[in-house]
Amino acid sequence: MSEEQDKDKELLGKQKDDSVKAESSTAEKAEAAASQALDPEKGSSASVPGQPDQQEAKAAGDERILPESGEAHEQSVVSEQPAANPEREAKLKAAAEARAARAELKVSAATPSQQQSDAPAEEGSSPAVNPEREAKMKAAAEARAARAAAKAAAEGGEPAAAPGDAVGSDPEREAKQKAAAEARAARAAAKAASEAAEAPAEPKPPSPKQPQLDETVELVRSLISEQAVEEAYINELNDHMPIIVVGRDHWQATANLLRTHDRLQYGYLRNVSGIDFETHMEVVYHLVSIETKRELAVKLRADREAPSVPSATPVWATANWNEREIYDLLGVDFPGHPDMRRIMMPDEWVGHPLRKDYEPLDPEV
Amino acid sequence: MIRTEELLLNVGPQHPSTHGVFRIIVKLDGEVIKEAIPVMGYLHRGTEKLAENLNYTQIIPYTDRMDYVSAMTSNYVLCHAVETLMGLEIPERADFMRLIVMELQRVASHLVWWGTYLLDIGAMSPFLYAFRDREIIIDLFNELCGARLTYNYMRVGGVKWDAPEGWIDKVREFIPYMETKLVEYDNLVSGNEIFLARIKNVGQYDAQTAIDYGLSGANLRCTGVDWDLRKVKPYSLYNRFEFDVPLGKRGDCFDRYLIRLEEIRQSLRILKQAVEQFPSSGDTMGKVPRVIRPPAGEVYVSIESPRGEIGCHIVSKGKAEPYRLKFRRPSFVNLQILPKLLVGETMTNLITILGGIDIVVGEVDC
Amino acid sequence: MEFNLESVTPEERRELERNVFMGTLEELKAWARSNSLWPLTFGLACCAIEMMGTGASHYDLDRFGVIFRTSPRQSDVMIVAGTVTKKMGPLLRRLYDQMPEPKWVIAMGSCATAGGPYVKSYAVMKGVDQIVPVDVYIPGCPPNPAALIYGINKLQEKIRYEAKTGKRVTNR
Repeated sequence: MSEEQDKDKELLGKQKDDSVKAESSTAEKAEAAASQALDPEKGSSASVPGQPDQQEAKAAGDERILPESGEAHEQSVVSEQPAANPEREAKLKAAAEARAARAELKVSAATPSQQQSDAPAEEGSSPAVNPEREAKMKAAAEARAARAAAKAAAEGGEPAAAPGDAVGSDPEREAKQKAAAEARAARAAAKAASEAAEAPAEPKPPSPKQPQLDETVELVRSLISEQAVEEAYINELNDHMPIIVVGRDHWQATANLLRTHDRLQYGYLRNVSGIDFETHMEVVYHLVSIETKRELAVKLRADREAPSVPSATPVWATANWNEREIYDLLGVDFPGHPDMRRIMMPDEWVGHPLRKDYEPLDPEV
Repeated sequence: MIRTEELLLNVGPQHPSTHGVFRIIVKLDGEVIKEAIPVMGYLHRGTEKLAENLNYTQIIPYTDRMDYVSAMTSNYVLCHAVETLMGLEIPERADFMRLIVMELQRVASHLVWWGTYLLDIGAMSPFLYAFRDREIIIDLFNELCGARLTYNYMRVGGVKWDAPEGWIDKVREFIPYMETKLVEYDNLVSGNEIFLARIKNVGQYDAQTAIDYGLSGANLRCTGVDWDLRKVKPYSLYNRFEFDVPLGKRGDCFDRYLIRLEEIRQSLRILKQAVEQFPSSGDTMGKVPRVIRPPAGEVYVSIESPRGEIGCHIVSKGKAEPYRLKFRRPSFVNLQILPKLLVGETMTNLITILGGIDIVVGEVDC
Repeated sequence: MEFNLESVTPEERRELERNVFMGTLEELKAWARSNSLWPLTFGLACCAIEMMGTGASHYDLDRFGVIFRTSPRQSDVMIVAGTVTKKMGPLLRRLYDQMPEPKWVIAMGSCATAGGPYVKSYAVMKGVDQIVPVDVYIPGCPPNPAALIYGINKLQEKIRYEAKTGKRVTNR
């Protein structure tokens, strides 16, 4: 029981700064788990039924596998899929409920009295009768409070990894940590409440590069395929750079279009980077147009076991060595590349060094 | 009957042309190159992997050693990337210090290039002249931040050391000295017949090829494409100063040579204006938290280093260390055109072309 | 080394002492070798720029008799300046083997000494003394040209000491 809870704690720790995008199956599982878990949890310290625990762990795992590219602030700019928003908000709410429920379990296991997180969890479990926006805000607020509580629990519960043993170990420190955790949760809840109060009043202003992004997306969609562009958003931090995520199968055609179409003309490929997220690999192409001075970043996602992205070398010759470097250091294969071999490491090197799970064979040399 | 064979010759990784450890496998037919295959990685030190365990201030010394001839611009690109990600404001005096230091570094880097390029071509004295003038700049840097080559000078939010007493006056005196020296060097070399015969119409390419191959810096501007990141996307305080961007016409080594010499002149012009407008007081660091923890996100910025466009792509997960740090190194990308340029050239022109691209192998390999 | 000088008159003896050096052949060879060390240009990374700066006009190395030779067959000492990666290691060993005896190695900079700032990297050899025997280590990142000159002077002293006493400072 304690190992499962440890695993839960690890998963929860990793998800602290996620942006939540749940798929429908996961949302159902999460809802089922949440409803099951909410019933027996009140008052019981350590006896959590194993089944919902596993389901939740699986739900957590599924949520983690989803594409997370680290941008936590782009939620309001996905403007070209208006029909999906209510669905998305329901998913967000369900996922937040799941998280709140898990946090609830954690909290109740480690420290018995956490009034703050009881309240939002209870509110969140009511069905989606509320108007969409308020539900979304509330879910976000709950998520934040739950996260804060979970963080407090994780920090305060560290010495109490096996519930039930902790009581006798250091009561003074426990009490202090409990007080600190409560204070933190109170602050987080207050902050969440105030944010929920202000946020509906002022939506974010549209980015100045939004029309450029829309035009690009529309051209690609109309001339290549509807599924070519999977997502499109603006990275505000980076001087509002438009980013589109393109599906792998349409990349060759899209690359040609981006380079040759007269309204796009992204002829200068600046940089190709490969990133190893532990759940998938990503290859980012940064483009700029010399004539119009507009920038664009294109992302392609690949799975981690046998990552392969069609090569852009036929379109931009710059990609040649850049892709070789990504192959060498990360192991992403680029079919269509004229000369795929290692570039930085010696030819007989085993392994791809920049991967997160790389173990050097000869560390002592 | 004479039987001829193709000869496979290894140029490097240890060769007297002082560009570092870089190897080219050439297939020769007599003196004419049929095919050239560059091999690199002899200086691959794994900076990007090391950076995943270090916080941003600790990565700054590693950027010095990447492009060791122009370390200030490499420092700046990392600091600029983190500052863009965090949305920090830099105090004006710090920005001025950064700009002055970067332009001095541009002059120093072009001097190294000039000296070693002419050494490769066969002239021995320009090397000594270039390094003599570079020593003056290095003495200025030594006084400022204590190091001659790897400065570790910029920090996220500003610079580490303020200009000591009289430093700006020394910079002010250096500018006319360097201008007279430039005239001298022009007279010494640029009219020399042997030099012109070796360098004109060598390694020529056109603008479309340059854009295709992603060249940057003088390699792109020698074909006439007006693309200088200090003008196109001004960073730091470059939009306050007026300077020209020299452009070439023919796209050969001679144009690149002239452009780089002219860039020294323009850098001196910027320095003159910067020294006049230098604020007499101010902070050297902005309001930066003690532990630099940028928000989760991604950023790609690039600036104009003496070699071309140096860029920094950071993926951050909100921790003090980057999740992924990738440098877009100009020498790496500029070098891709080498196999294409070398086909049909003689062996002597190989050295000329390779020197004209201006690579630093620490940057090629990172 | 004592000569029997009793048969010589004191004036002649004083003159002898002023104008004639006496020593072993080994000492003579060491004096010649140490004052004309010809290094192989083996600049790998940033320390190479400092080495070039040392050879340039400000800190002149030519006054020590140091002329940079480009071929290993014609050089005495190999100044390893810069980071040695695992890809470069075998070539470094091959170049060392190509140098004729007597030969020495100076490890310049912290990367050549022990891996330097890249000691935790997967591709860097932690110190060049894993493949070649090193005589002088010069720390610094990069070492000042004055430090490099000091290191070369130390090597000169070592050559002369080993010849004078017959001892070897390190066992090779």
